[in-house]
Amino acid sequence: MSTIITSAPPASAGSKDPGHGGGVDYLNHETSIASWLLTLDHKRIGILYLVAMSAMFVLGGFYASLIRAELITPKGDLMSSDFYNKSFTAHGVIMVFFVLIPLVPASLGNFMLPLMIGAKDVAFPRLNLISWYVYMIGAGFTLVALIGGGVDSGWTFYTPLSTTYLNSNVLLTATGLFILGFSSILTGLNFIVTIHRMRCPGMDWFRMPLFVWALYATSVIQLLGTPVIAITLALVGVERLLGVGIFDPRLGGDPILYQHLFWFYSHPAVYIMILPPLGVTNELISTFSRKPIFGYSMMAGASLAIAIFSFIVWAHHMFTSGLSPYAAMFFSLLTFSVAIPSGIKVFTWLATLFRGSISFDSPMLYAYGFIGLFTIGGMTGLFLSTLGTDIHFHDTYFVVAHFHYVMVGGAIVGFMGGLHFIWPKMFGRMYPEFPARMSAILIFVGFNLTFFPQFLVGYLGMPRRYHEYPDEFQVLNVFSSAGATVLGVGYLLPLLYLPWSVFFGEKAGRNPWGATTLDWTHTESPPTPHNFEETPVVTGEPYKYDTLFNKESALAGH
Amino acid sequence: MQVTEKKHAQEAHDDHGHGHELAHHFVSVEQQHDAGNLGMWMFLTTEVLFFGGLFAAYTIYRYKFEKVFEQASNILDPMLGAINTIVLIFSSVTMAFAVRSAQQGKSKAIVAWLGATIVFGGLFLGIKYFEWKHDAQLHVFPTSDFNWTWAREKHSEGEHGGHGHDSHGPELKGYIFNSPVVPANYVESDARNPEAKQAKLFFFLYFSMTSLHALHMVIGFGVMAVIMAYAWNGYYTANYYVPVESIGLYWHFVDLVWIFLFPLLYLLGAHLGAGH
Amino acid sequence: MSLHPPAKAWTYWANFLALCVLTVVTWLTARMDLGALSTPVALGIAVIKAALVVLFFMHVWESTPLTKLVIAMSLFMLTVLLTFMFTDYMTRNYDVLPPADHAAAAPGKH
Repeated sequence: MSTIITSAPPASAGSKDPGHGGGVDYLNHETSIASWLLTLDHKRIGILYLVAMSAMFVLGGFYASLIRAELITPKGDLMSSDFYNKSFTAHGVIMVFFVLIPLVPASLGNFMLPLMIGAKDVAFPRLNLISWYVYMIGAGFTLVALIGGGVDSGWTFYTPLSTTYLNSNVLLTATGLFILGFSSILTGLNFIVTIHRMRCPGMDWFRMPLFVWALYATSVIQLLGTPVIAITLALVGVERLLGVGIFDPRLGGDPILYQHLFWFYSHPAVYIMILPPLGVTNELISTFSRKPIFGYSMMAGASLAIAIFSFIVWAHHMFTSGLSPYAAMFFSLLTFSVAIPSGIKVFTWLATLFRGSISFDSPMLYAYGFIGLFTIGGMTGLFLSTLGTDIHFHDTYFVVAHFHYVMVGGAIVGFMGGLHFIWPKMFGRMYPEFPARMSAILIFVGFNLTFFPQFLVGYLGMPRRYHEYPDEFQVLNVFSSAGATVLGVGYLLPLLYLPWSVFFGEKAGRNPWGATTLDWTHTESPPTPHNFEETPVVTGEPYKYDTLFNKESALAGH
Repeated sequence: MQVTEKKHAQEAHDDHGHGHELAHHFVSVEQQHDAGNLGMWMFLTTEVLFFGGLFAAYTIYRYKFEKVFEQASNILDPMLGAINTIVLIFSSVTMAFAVRSAQQGKSKAIVAWLGATIVFGGLFLGIKYFEWKHDAQLHVFPTSDFNWTWAREKHSEGEHGGHGHDSHGPELKGYIFNSPVVPANYVESDARNPEAKQAKLFFFLYFSMTSLHALHMVIGFGVMAVIMAYAWNGYYTANYYVPVESIGLYWHFVDLVWIFLFPLLYLLGAHLGAGH
Repeated sequence: MSLHPPAKAWTYWANFLALCVLTVVTWLTARMDLGALSTPVALGIAVIKAALVVLFFMHVWESTPLTKLVIAMSLFMLTVLLTFMFTDYMTRNYDVLPPADHAAAAPGKH
């Protein structure tokens, strides 16, 4: 029995037939193009983001495939070094700024946050729509820059390379990212205010689903970090335009200052990418093992701790940059502290799974993959935060493999799990289970095949960002490129069956997973335009699984 | 069921139309007000860190080039900085009264106080304009036009009662504010002097911080103009004045930035020139 | 009915007066050569002025703890940005080896 009760039971559940073409929902109450482009509904804006980011993901993936194709052979035979530089820059810029950072908060977060806390919408719906347009404008600038000529600075825009020596479209890309930053800030601002002010009666802080905690921690980082990168990119632009040497050593400036300011944002940005998938995974683990999350408050606290710690470790990206050795020791020591809340999370999931009634539905397959890949990614991070080993690993494929394990193995796989989990709520239809499981398995296998060899080749000393390499690294690189192909197939499958299921999928009831949070128990699938017919009143904790769950009856909507 | 639901949606839409005092997704005016207020504070938090990046750069370079930064700061006129501080603080007072009028639901008073705020903010920018114009005569704009040798010489001439730039003929025109062209020997002198680069960094920070501050003021003017138009039509009531309160917070924040810029930029080297 | 009772008008004028006095004070102290103290004094006065603006013009004096937390958080992050960066800049010019080792090593080379 659910412990969340409303003042009156949701009477419409029986008499109305949600998702069976009868009810008014947020998808069918208005259908014109304008109603989508001018919508203030957080659910529709979430879908707008989802579409935009999927397109960016495909583009970023295209550049990744170019890189992997080039690296099949040791010779630079497919493309020029210049074009290779532009390809990995395009891959990095698109994937980091336009996919990973907004990925979960802007799409799944936008859709789920008000539903999970019992609100009719986010606090500032108009700002929410504006943030999507800002995203699109930023993307427009960047795409023009990347496609019309390209940028070859790497996604980090290190000075003085980016300010003095490059002739590519650095300024235009920086402008795009500057604009994009406001989208991130607006989303974060909206979420924090929503979580503080829009919770329904009875929704205490410790009754919120853990995804909401993760979104809160993420939003804090977005608010506090993004402005710093904005002003830094503005300084880069001014330096390029006016020739002032704020980051140029020839003119009295300090290039390390750029790196400090850049990583002050861009390290926490990694946690913007990974925290929301961590939060989604809580929902998946709890729902599909039919157990409340073990150590709820520790998990919530760990999210906040990661957000805080993320701001005090940035200089570990700079150990080989000429950082003072004392500062390097200081930051190395602090970096280890991030492992503590991350470890808490992993052990908490394992403790939740322990003696749970675990299932192998496709969202859960992604969650299993997530735990393993995130753990490998996190553990290899310790190699890099150790000063001595980092000198060896810095700028090798070991680093590339490490952050792909966290960003792709963590963020993308977590996102995929969350997307499959939320899909029936979004569209009121089930996706086909078999291809979904196939996709989860292909992504897991393909991912490991792509990136595990990169640990080895990086350990052996292959530097990143070169389009040629010595012959002895070829075997591992071929493995990696072959894995990328498998990974690509794994990504393509959902692009086919998910849109298909919107029209032809099996109808989903309001709660096909038997979840106990508000978004599943008190809203239709798909939800009505204002989410809740009556404001729900919460009287208990979010995860209360004490009965066995019958999927067939749940799918039928009972 | 279906019918009632549609009706419900219709009502919600109507609410939105007739009563702008409470948007449909809020339960109460208090909730709406607190959300707007918190949102504005969150925005100001981002502003703190936006300026924070520049403050960080300033602090680092000042630490590295302490002596030159003091000399460069001495070029600026702390008297004008102090006057501008008081002008800006006064515009903060008028803004505080605008918010107070909004709390009392007095629409016309909002318009009047915001108008006063724009006037005094404009006065601040006017003084700033003349400062920048003077800076151009001294060639401290951090472009290729910058010349530290010239700036120091003309500045000390000015302090001893000379009229440095007036003595040059009209044929010497630079490209910023018609400032005189710097003779070649000054350019060579700068090229030999590493301190010129450091002073240029000071002026880069000075101009970027003050112009970013000025840009915030101009944006504030725009928002205030819109709010004045709404207030004139009686849009704000004692139950709904979040926009007025928010522009108030914003304006006070702009004031706060200046309160720190004034000692960091103007007063840093004030003691060097105090003897004259 | 108003959401918040408006503050008394005289508090704004008193605040303005205090800020003006502090501006004059900071200007006068800056003209004196206080040596190493000049920056702390100038910044100290600026902090007092800022506090007056925040507490009375921005009504934080009577605001919720949440607003105070938000302000504290932004100041904390600004402090982190500055101080952690300085761990680098303040130690950068030091040699990894203590000076004594250098002195011992240098004559040995001769």
